[in-house]
Amino acid sequence: MSDIAIKVDHLSKEYRLGAIGGGTLRGDLQTLWAKIRHKEDPNAKIGQRTDIKIGERFLALDDVSFEVKKGEALGIIGHNGAGKSTLLKILSRVTGPSKGLIQFNGRIASMLEVGTGFHPELTGRENIYMNGAILGMSKAEISKKFDEIVEFAEIAKFIDTPVKRYSSGMYVKLAFSVAAHLDSEIMIMDEVLAVGDMKFQQKCLGKMDDAANCQGRTVLYVSHNMNTIRQLCSKCMVLKQGRVAFYGETEKAIAMYLGEYECSPAFVDLSNVIRPPEFSSHNASFQSICLTDREYAKYTVGEKISALIKFTSKNDYQNAHLRIIIKSIDDIPVMMGTSSQNIAIEAQTINSTEFTLDTSMLAPGRYALNMILYQVNEFGTDCYLDGMHNIVIFDVEPKDGFNNNMPWLSKYWGHVYNNKLEITKG
Amino acid sequence: MQTEEQFETTITARNGWLDINFRELWKYRDLMLLFVRRNFVALYKQTILGPAWAIIQPLLTTVVFTVIFGNLAGLSAKGTPAFVFFMSGTVAWGYFAGCLTQTANTFIGNVGILGKVYFPRLVMPISTVLTNMIPFLIQGIMFSAFLGYYWYKGAVSPNIYMLMAPVFIVHMALLGLGCGVIISALTIKYRDLAMLVGFGIQLWMYGTPVAYDINIVPAKYKGLYMLNPMTPIINGFRHAFLGIGEMNWHYYGISWLVTVVIFTLGVMMFSRVEKTFMDTI
Repeated sequence: MSDIAIKVDHLSKEYRLGAIGGGTLRGDLQTLWAKIRHKEDPNAKIGQRTDIKIGERFLALDDVSFEVKKGEALGIIGHNGAGKSTLLKILSRVTGPSKGLIQFNGRIASMLEVGTGFHPELTGRENIYMNGAILGMSKAEISKKFDEIVEFAEIAKFIDTPVKRYSSGMYVKLAFSVAAHLDSEIMIMDEVLAVGDMKFQQKCLGKMDDAANCQGRTVLYVSHNMNTIRQLCSKCMVLKQGRVAFYGETEKAIAMYLGEYECSPAFVDLSNVIRPPEFSSHNASFQSICLTDREYAKYTVGEKISALIKFTSKNDYQNAHLRIIIKSIDDIPVMMGTSSQNIAIEAQTINSTEFTLDTSMLAPGRYALNMILYQVNEFGTDCYLDGMHNIVIFDVEPKDGFNNNMPWLSKYWGHVYNNKLEITKG
Repeated sequence: MQTEEQFETTITARNGWLDINFRELWKYRDLMLLFVRRNFVALYKQTILGPAWAIIQPLLTTVVFTVIFGNLAGLSAKGTPAFVFFMSGTVAWGYFAGCLTQTANTFIGNVGILGKVYFPRLVMPISTVLTNMIPFLIQGIMFSAFLGYYWYKGAVSPNIYMLMAPVFIVHMALLGLGCGVIISALTIKYRDLAMLVGFGIQLWMYGTPVAYDINIVPAKYKGLYMLNPMTPIINGFRHAFLGIGEMNWHYYGISWLVTVVIFTLGVMMFSRVEKTFMDTI
């Protein structure tokens, strides 16, 4: 037998836009009638009428080919909509491909979700058998592994209680341990490791690591968490708009994936950027932002951001304020700063304002700067003049000696570094 | 040098019309039985009467039929106790209707499982049909008790045709399964059918001698009437257990033919859609 576990050959998955199931016979007949008279389809979704023709094809996966060797752990990364989930769905045979071929040896156990087929009325014991059978194990196999599963899930006391009485933590632990004890040659996982408390997560990762590196099983793992990808996978594939953008070493793949968020140059033109709906009043409008002390938006820990912004306005304002929100690259707000002094704005001219934001407590990582110009109205609430998301993407890099030269683990520590911890005695 | 590699499993773009892997289906027999168990156990959990409901429902229906169709309308067979007459029809029809309506719901009712994990999709409707066997058997015992009583009184005459009962049951299961999977394959796209099923099965019941005796059907329509594949089955049941009517082998043969056609068609349609239904549903 060859040493290739999975071979994917020119795989494509096509979805039709707009025409996916009117759902009712009547709807389909209406669509047909409209087509005959060359009228607009009354069942097309709003917003699709102008820019997408009915029946237009959309390729979720576009000619994807790759091979996975036996005993290899392949990580699959990519932005939302890159086709990761579609690929996993096809590999786990939930849906079929439109074109192409997949060949594999052995059984595929897919964990797109933990606890598939769990029935709340059945006991833990019954559900282990149920879930195991759904995932492709025979009764005898499950019986053999039963004690191991219960022990791993840490729920021995509750094994004969209906799972509807379980806490959600117990539920996922049980579900995961069934899946983790599958004896299949190929395992497909979609970020299911994010279950349970931290201790259990580490235990799961260990189990997966074991499966891939010691027992010689083939693992396909999708995640947005680069740390677990690094920990688990020997090879990595980057998907981009349904195509394989990179296939090879994990570190290179991660670098490429993260590299798609480039950090911004010092000067960013904002005049033609379309504003999000909440900021579309156009009372004022940002023209540009310019970092005053550097060429690229790269900072080291402890530095402050200073910038010059230019904007125009329709009216005069005396009591405008600037609000700046810093978000981490995965869109989690980290901090907000707002100006205490009023900014006076003149209409029909280009206003310039300089600001400095103390970002010295930001931990190393990549961040996005969001900026809002607002006015405090007579009711004491804010009224947006203009605002924009993610206008400057900037990096904060560690300096020598920072955090005792250990890497920053934002998953556990967040994004704020507090340097005020002092040993007062001893 | 490139050698041709051998793989155990291949996933291709489209399913053919009769692409059922029976060996794989057999491999998943444990899952089938677990589904049966799950369906049955979950059905009666947290009910006071539990599986007794399997008896109560047909019993009440029989009482209603006996009073309305038997006593008021006089549609029962002459010379046979109306109660067992209606009960035989109700129990047999109940199994068929249960199989049909529940398998018709296969895809829509189980999106949660089917959308996340692969197993041969036919496991689902087959286990539904098997699950329905359990209440049917309970009802069969109830029926036997009443039958025994009337037999003792000499009002009914069960005969050798009773040995045909398992054949009748398998026949109904295949017919119900066939119709059910056809509907399940169509409801993926057209939900309207799901609405029709409940109503349609009721109409079908009135087109079958469940709540009346076949002799009230005018002779000139009888040929057409007997083409309903369920009619010879119900008649067969009644002939075997109550000793009324006759076993018409001619029409029973036609009924089997229809059943085989519907079943094959159903399995074909099912195998055609099972691979990509998740994109449409």
